[in-house]
Amino acid sequence: MAKQVFEGIKIADFAWVAVGPRSTQYLSEHGATVVRIESGTHPETLRMAAPYKDNKAGVNRTAFFARYNTNKYGVTLNLNHPRAREVAHRFIKWADIVSEAYPPGRMKRWGLAYEDLVKIKPDIIMFSACNQGQTGPHASQPGYGVQLTSLAGFTNLTGWPGRTPGGLYGAYTDFVSPHFIAASLAAALEYRARTGKGLYIDNSQYECGAQFLSPVLLDYLVNGRIWKAMGNRHPYAAPHGIYRCRGKDGWAAIAVFTDEEWEGFCRATDEPPWTQDPRFQSFVGRKENEDELDCLVETWTSQFDPEEVMTMMQREGVAAGIAAKNKDVYEDPQLKHRHHFWEMEHSEIGSIPWEGPSFILSKTPAQLTKPAPCIGEDNHYVYTELLGLSDEEFVQLMNEGVLE
Amino acid sequence: MSQEPSETLLFPYRVLDLTDEKGFLCGKILGDMGADVVKIEPPGGDPSRRIGPFYKDIPDPEKSLYWFAYNTSKRGITLNIETADGRELFKRLVGRADLVIESSPPGTMEGLGLGYAVLRELNPGLILTSITPYGQDGPYRDYKGADIVCWALGGMAFLCGDPDRAPLQVSFPQSYLHAAAEAAAASNLALYHRKNTGEGQHIDVSAQACVPWCTMNALEFWPLNRSIITRAGPYRHRPAVNARDRQIWPCKDGYVHFLMMGGIVADYMTRLVAWMDEEGAADEYIKEIKWAEFDMAYLPQSVYDALEEPIGKFFMRYTMKELYEEAVRRRVQLYPVCNAREIVESPQLEARNFWQEVEHPELKTTITYPGAFLKVTGAKCGISRRAPLIGEHNEEIFCGELGLKREELVLLRQAGVI
Repeated sequence: MAKQVFEGIKIADFAWVAVGPRSTQYLSEHGATVVRIESGTHPETLRMAAPYKDNKAGVNRTAFFARYNTNKYGVTLNLNHPRAREVAHRFIKWADIVSEAYPPGRMKRWGLAYEDLVKIKPDIIMFSACNQGQTGPHASQPGYGVQLTSLAGFTNLTGWPGRTPGGLYGAYTDFVSPHFIAASLAAALEYRARTGKGLYIDNSQYECGAQFLSPVLLDYLVNGRIWKAMGNRHPYAAPHGIYRCRGKDGWAAIAVFTDEEWEGFCRATDEPPWTQDPRFQSFVGRKENEDELDCLVETWTSQFDPEEVMTMMQREGVAAGIAAKNKDVYEDPQLKHRHHFWEMEHSEIGSIPWEGPSFILSKTPAQLTKPAPCIGEDNHYVYTELLGLSDEEFVQLMNEGVLE
Repeated sequence: MSQEPSETLLFPYRVLDLTDEKGFLCGKILGDMGADVVKIEPPGGDPSRRIGPFYKDIPDPEKSLYWFAYNTSKRGITLNIETADGRELFKRLVGRADLVIESSPPGTMEGLGLGYAVLRELNPGLILTSITPYGQDGPYRDYKGADIVCWALGGMAFLCGDPDRAPLQVSFPQSYLHAAAEAAAASNLALYHRKNTGEGQHIDVSAQACVPWCTMNALEFWPLNRSIITRAGPYRHRPAVNARDRQIWPCKDGYVHFLMMGGIVADYMTRLVAWMDEEGAADEYIKEIKWAEFDMAYLPQSVYDALEEPIGKFFMRYTMKELYEEAVRRRVQLYPVCNAREIVESPQLEARNFWQEVEHPELKTTITYPGAFLKVTGAKCGISRRAPLIGEHNEEIFCGELGLKREELVLLRQAGVI
């Protein structure tokens, strides 16, 4: 196995829920030693949410937690215990990067704010992941990425004209920030190698989210225009949508941008008479008659399975793909070819496929070798081997309830 | 806006940016982190300059707000790498660069004689980052890409939208933005590796492969429970009990986002019910619930309905602003469903100095932009300059750096090279 990018890099991961752990996962997938520090006295949100193995709840039975914590070690430490601080300080001395995602101020109460950390390790790299950042009048409002998706404008832009918005699934902004955080952590390690300096990163999901809507925000700032949800329409493509196909809840996306692609579309459909309608022979004509066009496209797509629509369109050079259900994503031939999923045996969840990175490095590709830890699973190894506590110290801390 | 370059994260690095809209954001991220990013456009300007919206609605290649937004902190040159002279100039630039980012269909760079194998010969430490809809290799390699198609194939579309209508994209499409931002992360991983080993490499980013990461917890319902998660519009789908609970609630003048929760994370439910009670809006049923012991996951639909009624009526009494201000005060997890104006007017973003004024001398104005994606203490991060005009830095780079004479510039211009 080639030497991994982050071999030798150590991360004390105090973060929880999705955005923090997902960000450090970029490093754990590429060789860093990442220790998730949790407490059994207050198991994190994702350990208490579905999907569970066999629909039976349990902190070690949910893939929701496990999917963001592959290749990481797991320990327990009760930070509210009076002796926890000395243990936490050993983690700080050990680590290159410290992460956290508590409400602003919590780390400071534990004596673990950035200004405390630099006293222990001057070149430490630290990041805080938070809904709205560490400062400002709304910093302390509790919430998850689920609601931030609405605050940051995504919910309003996902829906049908005239209907209640809100079709965007899940904690969307949780999956926007990690690109930026991971990019910054890698850059910060390079920066530290070059300058000897550490730094502190304050992440607001709101501010990262805004990057994914910048032109929409600029359109308001410059032109006073407010975008509204427009279903699957696109300003410079038609037909452009997700069309009903044969089979239970079967759908395929089709996108036609150019006249050349429209010709390909017509060939793919075997040119039924409506495709020759003069109104549909130009982009402006297709755009002006889009409602009718969409209905006609659907009369054609509904005769075929989504996969058939995709193949027939792509054969003629038209962008198309199935609207994959969760089960279809695992079966996708392209994702299979990229080895996007890694089958690993988790001691309580069993052997299922886990997602790997969305990119492949030619010389140092990711290696997934360890499923997510059960709560406290690696206590003995991490505390004695990595932090260097003696077995006696370890047992004593355990008996005093510090490691709960 | 002015920053000491040496105080930025990526100060020493030069990036050549050949991307189209699939990759603009990658170069912007690296540029905002301080790298010297040179956007290379075909002569006459990148076709993506035709993407709206436009400054004052004037459809002009120098006024695309889409271009503005995703090309900040870059310089710009024109260069036709499909000509022999253009390729030679590009190769000279590669010799001085650390990273090349590109988003052409797989095989295009090789076809031009500029594949990774060739570029590596010129510059052994070079990192080449390729961003495509599906990846450099595999059965979809030559398939046509579109943002909505990647969104659909990656599993997000099926989860989004109303159950009685088609799966949905976001009206400002997102898949390519994920790919570009992912490419920035991957590029920095490779830069760090190069710092340690001197070794460059080729990075293959797939937009399709970025999308499953956005599906939160939906995928593993299949291998673990053989459940297919379906779209539920303003509701949340609970597959184990085939029920749904409301997330997006109408209020007096819009919508708010509020998620009912039980268990130890649900202390805010108690505070919501207290608030409702003060306003005479809590019925006996909702007042008696012990939220810490209330397990929301496996309830029958009738319970969700019984909760939805009083909460829904309560929210209808107030505006988004009234509800949000009180929710912040009471630390209740309730948020407004914002549009662009409400985001721009956010007191939180203002207090954090999020917005950044960027000068556009060519328009004789200053435009307010979304500012830094992260607040970094110890190294500067943010927009260092507006997006380049077409060929704005040709002379600076071709003459100033590569040592071309002005006459040569004129010659190359006439030959359609720059």
